[in-house]
Amino acid sequence: MAQSDVIDREGLKAGHLGCAGCGAALALKFALKALGEKTIMVIPASCASIIVGPYPQSAVRVPVLHTAFATAGAAASGVRAALDIKADTETTVVSWAGDGGTFDIGFQSLSGAVERNEDCIFVCYDNEAYMNTGVQRSSSTPFGVRTTTTPGQNWKKTRKKNIMETMAAHRIPYAATASIAFPDDLMTKFEKARERRGGSRFIHIFASCATGWGAPADMSVEIARLAVQTNVFPLYEIEDGIRYTLNYSGKRPVKDYLQSQGRFKHLDRKDISRIQTMVTEDWHHLLCKTGEVPCAPRSLQDTEPVRNDHQRIDSDENHDGN
Amino acid sequence: MKQVTEGSQAVAEAVRLAKVQVIAAYPITPQTHVVEMISEYCANGTLNARFICVESEHSAMAAIIAAASSGVRTFTASSSHGLTYMHELLHWAAGARLPVVMVDVNRALGPGWNIWLDQTDSLSQRDTGWIQLYCEDSQDALDSTIMAYRLAETVNLPVMVVLDAFFLSHTYEPVDIPQQKAVDEFLPPFSPRFQLDTAHPVAFNQFVSPQAYMEMRYNIQLAMEQVPESYSRIAAEFEAVFGRRYPTVETWLCDDAEIILVTAGTTASTCRLAVDRLRAAGEKAGLVKLKMFRPFPVDALRQVLGAKPKVAVVDRNCSFGASGIFAQELRAALYNAESPPRIFGYIAGLGGRDVTPQTIEDIYRQTQNSDRPQNQNMWIGLDQKKVESWHNQT
Repeated sequence: MAQSDVIDREGLKAGHLGCAGCGAALALKFALKALGEKTIMVIPASCASIIVGPYPQSAVRVPVLHTAFATAGAAASGVRAALDIKADTETTVVSWAGDGGTFDIGFQSLSGAVERNEDCIFVCYDNEAYMNTGVQRSSSTPFGVRTTTTPGQNWKKTRKKNIMETMAAHRIPYAATASIAFPDDLMTKFEKARERRGGSRFIHIFASCATGWGAPADMSVEIARLAVQTNVFPLYEIEDGIRYTLNYSGKRPVKDYLQSQGRFKHLDRKDISRIQTMVTEDWHHLLCKTGEVPCAPRSLQDTEPVRNDHQRIDSDENHDGN
Repeated sequence: MKQVTEGSQAVAEAVRLAKVQVIAAYPITPQTHVVEMISEYCANGTLNARFICVESEHSAMAAIIAAASSGVRTFTASSSHGLTYMHELLHWAAGARLPVVMVDVNRALGPGWNIWLDQTDSLSQRDTGWIQLYCEDSQDALDSTIMAYRLAETVNLPVMVVLDAFFLSHTYEPVDIPQQKAVDEFLPPFSPRFQLDTAHPVAFNQFVSPQAYMEMRYNIQLAMEQVPESYSRIAAEFEAVFGRRYPTVETWLCDDAEIILVTAGTTASTCRLAVDRLRAAGEKAGLVKLKMFRPFPVDALRQVLGAKPKVAVVDRNCSFGASGIFAQELRAALYNAESPPRIFGYIAGLGGRDVTPQTIEDIYRQTQNSDRPQNQNMWIGLDQKKVESWHNQT
């Protein structure tokens, strides 16, 4: 990557409406640096619809089509079709959706678009809940989190949906995870995605939300870094749905990450241990796919598989692996 | 050139002649023939367009909104559940002031599942900001679709062209297919007033404060108010080129009529036949066919109906708790007329039940024999045994 070229290019101007320490704004800033000006952006209802600014201003230096919540995939497809018929092959169409607009209400539209292998980059900036409406759980909210719709003892008892695996299942040409704490890696992936024309590309960005996660604003990047270093959010790429490349290996325990945020603070030692088991298991699965370890997942034989159940596990039987 | 085609194909021919550039659609009975034929035209190169086979109607409308925002001519077609699934995006298309055109094939809404004619699907979209044009036959369907693009691109509002399920969508009749050259002259290439452009980056449809939202809404209303005049001008031009006339409100033997039937769609043909029979029997019957439902052509209707003693509206739809929707609109339109007529609202032919000339004659006689309507909606041809036994169960 010609880093010196992109570093001066600013796609997100000062005066945007992100909260202090907004991970989504950082993600947008880095992405636009890499994407450049020949980009049309589609933004469904999300924090981003606010962050980029109200009428009559826009903090983004590329054209933006704001669109209804469930429609990112379809709207990007429509822009692409219009550009195709106008013989504009140069412009990159990018949809920029939150986790709600990707994992939940926008999932059907996204699945439809990537199944058609639409020539667009579909981005999910993931802050793991409905932040714009006041921190309600989404299917991207991880196990253990308290939100305003999973309060008190009803903290979320199911896992975060693995959106990357759903994209891999569609066998799209390119899918990658990225983090606001690893901007070089993030920008490289956007450049790679931009150059990989002709099919669907998906980028899943971990974009911490200090406001919704109960963390100080100046900890956003640190939290995002910890997510990668603890393998809670690994950095990797998937080509054609089957070729996995790992970009980083984390070594730190999950508790370092969990302790950095208020949304996990109610968890006891057993809960934390259970999350560690999940992360270790997921990490192992990922290593199998990248070819770093043999594919039979038997190295965790001493661990009970973690079920995606709705019940709080009170007995010790599931925590022996740690 | 005359060709025997069904209403669905007439629409597909219009889309071809209008040189639509992006189509996104999801199949639903009885709209399927429309999208199948357009797919064929895209596949064999007859039409140079991108057809996006979306995974839902919601996405179909979202995709053509986005394509229209990018400056190209767009089309979709749907029906019934498909149309109501699009509902959110119908508001969006109008709010974004996009000249998208769609065809809705009027079909009943479930439950229970019913694929036959019923107008409630399109009429229940009346507050979305879409112009609505109803068609009586296949020629009308073809011509209205072509005119719809001129109208939409003139006023920057979306247009819905409405066809009755099966009676129109699947019925074959001779249709005059215009020459491409004539259509090109009538309908020049789309010249968007705004579009997504990387050379001039702006944001469309963004967050807006109360200080600006209301003026944006008022502008939609202003544009709607221009529509009857714009439409009439375009229809006159169409008539001059193609020789066929489509007024917003079409009258049949209304001048001396004492009881005027009002309806829309294929039922107008049935009503015209009934009116002719009644005239032959010495009755002073007349017919008003509503071509345009949104905006509601209040001035034209006041002119025709404002001083008549009785009007009988045949609605193949119902707004539960109120009445037939055409009747409701007509009451509102005529309320402030000098001496408004008594408006008799009849609900008939829901879910594809036949409306025959005899049904219309019964409606006429009931209107003639009543001084005033018994209630706001009179249901025609109900099986009282079924009604009572089901009512007792619920």
